[in-house]
Amino acid sequence: MRRPSHIAFALTLAVAGGAAFAQAQSEKDAKYRVGDKYTGYTYADPTTQSMQDDDYVNPGFLWVQEGEKLWSAAEGAAGKSCADCHGKAQESMKAVGALYPKWQEKIGKLENVEQRINQCRADNMKAEPWKWESPALLAMTAYVQLQSRGQPVDVAVEGPVKPHLQNGERLFYMRHGQLDLSCANCHEDNDGKWMRGDHLGQAMANGFPTYRLKEQTLISLQFRLIGCVRDTRAEAYPYGSDEYLDLELYLAHRGKGLPVEAPSVRR
Amino acid sequence: MRRLGAIIVSAMLPVAASVAFADELVKFAVVDDNEIRESLTGKPGNPEEGRKAAANRGLGNCLACHVMPIKEDLQGDVGPDLKGVASRLKESELRLRLVNPKLLNPQTAMPAFYRTDGLNRVRKDMEGKPILTAAQIEDIVAYLLTLKE
Ligand code: HEC
Ligand code: HEC
Repeated sequence: MRRPSHIAFALTLAVAGGAAFAQAQSEKDAKYRVGDKYTGYTYADPTTQSMQDDDYVNPGFLWVQEGEKLWSAAEGAAGKSCADCHGKAQESMKAVGALYPKWQEKIGKLENVEQRINQCRADNMKAEPWKWESPALLAMTAYVQLQSRGQPVDVAVEGPVKPHLQNGERLFYMRHGQLDLSCANCHEDNDGKWMRGDHLGQAMANGFPTYRLKEQTLISLQFRLIGCVRDTRAEAYPYGSDEYLDLELYLAHRGKGLPVEAPSVRR
Repeated sequence: MRRLGAIIVSAMLPVAASVAFADELVKFAVVDDNEIRESLTGKPGNPEEGRKAAANRGLGNCLACHVMPIKEDLQGDVGPDLKGVASRLKESELRLRLVNPKLLNPQTAMPAFYRTDGLNRVRKDMEGKPILTAAQIEDIVAYLLTLKE
């Protein structure tokens, strides 16, 4: 009931007895507010929030469970599993999610978690890369990200990463498509407003992969970015393109200090 | 001050694309950076059709950003409520705001509904096409003129 057509109604509520409700709400939300930054959790409806809060109810955990299985499944010509090199994910993957995308000196490239996973498959397991948005890649990403849940996002942005951050920022402010909209038009200028039935938030990336009630599946950040670019009636960039990597980096940096909340649940 | 807002697209298109000539924008004159006085089609639009085009997600999709007196539960509040817009703005002003609101406010989120230049990475199947046709612009202008307070 948080749509413009109900604004009058919501206002009446707030005046009447909303103060107590607002307080309870703000305590729950506090975790996902850092300074003036806040995540999609804070404006999700209460049902969606409680779905995310309870690991036994959160549908994202179906992928997490699958990821846990895959963690110790040997695959590829080297006959190795992730566990063979990394041991317990709870320890070795603890802060990983909060630090990506990250510069990989060896290949001279910025990599997100999905790409890092596939890099390990190629280099260390001699296994085929998992396809973008494949159930296995989503599962492993969710499992890895979960290990950093609660850790403040803190991507490195100096040195060779700096031009990528600058490019990400440029893309964030660049207008796209027939509708001529930039990310900032929706997620900065109109942060907190409604577009049709959708609440425009700050486009924080700390909750990915996200279980989307609309799509009834877990989605990667790249999937979301493709959707947002497409919504401007622009030619989307391909999965894993430099453009999305740089945007991922910029989004992470914009959300610095917010806790990793993967797998989040959104409408 | 008068200036010609539309460019003649045909001159820039290769011959093979001449089937797309229907996309060519009609010329219009912007007055005082605030008005387009003449109808883009030379005649008044149809308010009933305009109401439909304004609500249609594939056409105006105005409800994405505006509240309008249209029975549709999902509306937006990125732009102002258009309930009484015809009491605030006259026909020529409404037309300009639909054709290209960026002439008034370059920062605005509102798309220019009748413009094909200065855009970036437009989806291939929409390249060179304005969001709305001249007739749809006139229909929506006619509909907006019914929104008096
Ligand atoms: C036309 C408006 C619009 C534009 C332009 C837009 N977005 Fe979005 N974006 C949305 C909406 C609406 C949502 C929320 C979707 C939902 O909850 O159903 C969203 C969600 C997101 C999210 C997920 C936030 C969360 O909490 O799950 C991210 C990240 C994001 N956008 C990034 C971007 C980036 C980067 C760009 C530019 C390349 C962009 N958006 C451009 C409308 C837009
Ligand atoms: C992506 C958002 C968006 C869409 C879609 C959109 N508008 Fe707007 N509109 C705005 C904003 C924001 C303003 C405020 C003016 C500004 O930003 O300079 C505005 C202003 C207006 C105004 C001027 C109102 C006033 O009181 O001055 C009119 C008229 C208008 N819009 C009509 C429409 C119509 C009709 C459509 C659909 C064909 C439409 N808009 C689609 C965002 C939008």
